[in-house]
Amino acid sequence: MSDDNSDQLEVLTGKHYVTGNLAVAEGSLAVGCKYFGGYPITPSSEIAEHMAMRLPQVNGHFVQFEDEIASIASILGASWGGAKSMTATSGPGYSLMVENIGLGMMTETPCVIVNVQRGGPSTGLPTLVGQQDVMQTKWGSHGDFEPIAISPSTVQECFDQAITCFNLSEKYRLPVTFLLDEVIGHMSERLVIPTKDKIKIISRKKPDVPPEEYLPYKAGKDLVPPMALAGEGYNVMMTGLTHDERGYPDISAEAQEINVRRINDKIRKNKKKIIQLEEYMLDDAEIALVSFGTTARSAKGAVNRAREKGIKVGLLRLITIWPFPDERIQLLADQVKKILVPEINYGQVCKEVERTVHGKTDVKGIFKLGGAIHSPEEILKEIERGTK
Amino acid sequence: MARTEVRFAGFGGQGIGLMGRLVGEAVALYEKGKNSVMTQSYGPESRGGASSADVVIDTGEIDFPKATELDYFVVLSEEAYHKYIPKLKKGGILFVEQDLVTLDDSANKAKHVFKIPATKIAESLGSKIFANIAMLGYVCENSKDIVSEEALVKVMKQKIKARYVEKNLVAFQKGKEYKQEG
Repeated sequence: MSDDNSDQLEVLTGKHYVTGNLAVAEGSLAVGCKYFGGYPITPSSEIAEHMAMRLPQVNGHFVQFEDEIASIASILGASWGGAKSMTATSGPGYSLMVENIGLGMMTETPCVIVNVQRGGPSTGLPTLVGQQDVMQTKWGSHGDFEPIAISPSTVQECFDQAITCFNLSEKYRLPVTFLLDEVIGHMSERLVIPTKDKIKIISRKKPDVPPEEYLPYKAGKDLVPPMALAGEGYNVMMTGLTHDERGYPDISAEAQEINVRRINDKIRKNKKKIIQLEEYMLDDAEIALVSFGTTARSAKGAVNRAREKGIKVGLLRLITIWPFPDERIQLLADQVKKILVPEINYGQVCKEVERTVHGKTDVKGIFKLGGAIHSPEEILKEIERGTK
Repeated sequence: MARTEVRFAGFGGQGIGLMGRLVGEAVALYEKGKNSVMTQSYGPESRGGASSADVVIDTGEIDFPKATELDYFVVLSEEAYHKYIPKLKKGGILFVEQDLVTLDDSANKAKHVFKIPATKIAESLGSKIFANIAMLGYVCENSKDIVSEEALVKVMKQKIKARYVEKNLVAFQKGKEYKQEG
């Protein structure tokens, strides 16, 4: 199992022509993922398949479980054992995982969940595209927490942002969701993998005090407590119950205020550092599109076609969906007379945009319910309607 | 260069996906300054029924990843021909496996039709499994803005299983050299 070139096999430097799903797997390996626990489901299965082949080459472990509930539990455990860990699923599997994603939020466990979205609800459209899990990522598990979710639009981004997902999960200690969709997962494009030294790797902060002084949930200014691993000689405590700095259950309003406020604020106060956006032709735009994932490519196509006709339209592409970029969208609302939101659902990001702009500008969704992506012409039609 | 859209189609088992992958990769990795996106029909119908693979090629960034108006349509089955021929744009170019497809001229807006008995050529090499690559050789020779022979051969040598490479390269040559009857 362990061979001498396992280190080199983590980063397959060079040019490749692969699907988004494979790029996610390779990005995860490049940033040091050593454990995958999962239950294959279309359209994410190629990630599990590829990790099953690749993890043993880099001295990692792959386990296929009986279901998604066991899978998510296993990646939380693997993380506490010290491995950067992940799973990959689609809507129906994510639904089964949400309870333990909440456990991951409460126990502040770094890990990555890839959701290659297909059409829902329920088993819906197993082989066809959807973007209907945006709100599930935010509100799927009960209680207050601030998730991070990233949505790629190219195969290269599937690789690059898989790395970012792991880095953010390690830095802020939480499960991070990587929201793909079927089209991006299955399409092939050029992927350039850099040399290992060019890959930025962030790993969780370790305690800098001796075991007798360590309090596992005592955070400094950054609100993220250092994380000791099981087996390192420190007291390691994990509970889904509200807990004090020692990690002991403390079922009181006072403890809840401190504990839950902190796990939310560690994200809220760092929103600016976390949020990534792409701005395309927005400078002089009178109409703005807000989009993400595969749909953002159709939106960009629509912007290009509209610009040829002299229509001043631009695109704000959400690479980060959660935390939501309220500030940037508020500025946009001051600038443009209309915001259009194409997405493959019945109005999820669109409602967030409406909430954010407080009626300062018109907001209109361009919805498809799943199974197909928008053509640039469909979006162009709405843009042209907006100029009248 | 403007956007070029190519669709390969046939039935499951003809290696349609491989045609798309080889062309997509050859363009994206070995044609200087060109990008490509390859998408495949993905669903229960890919098991047995019509199978298709689209390659979109452009010198610029490719925004919309799927084919909408085909510049080239390469087809190896009757079913796929009827399903997709309306997508071939007026003035587009059609490549057909002549023994497997009967042309229906009312729906066909092609400027030029290239016909080849790709399966027969493959069988003369020992197996019909080489038909897709014979067709690729024919397409490569008779289209200007898809992919160069050099790039395609490079990718075939890398991606096709070692024990099949030689026969496939012969099939490719035979397709390349094939001259249409009449």
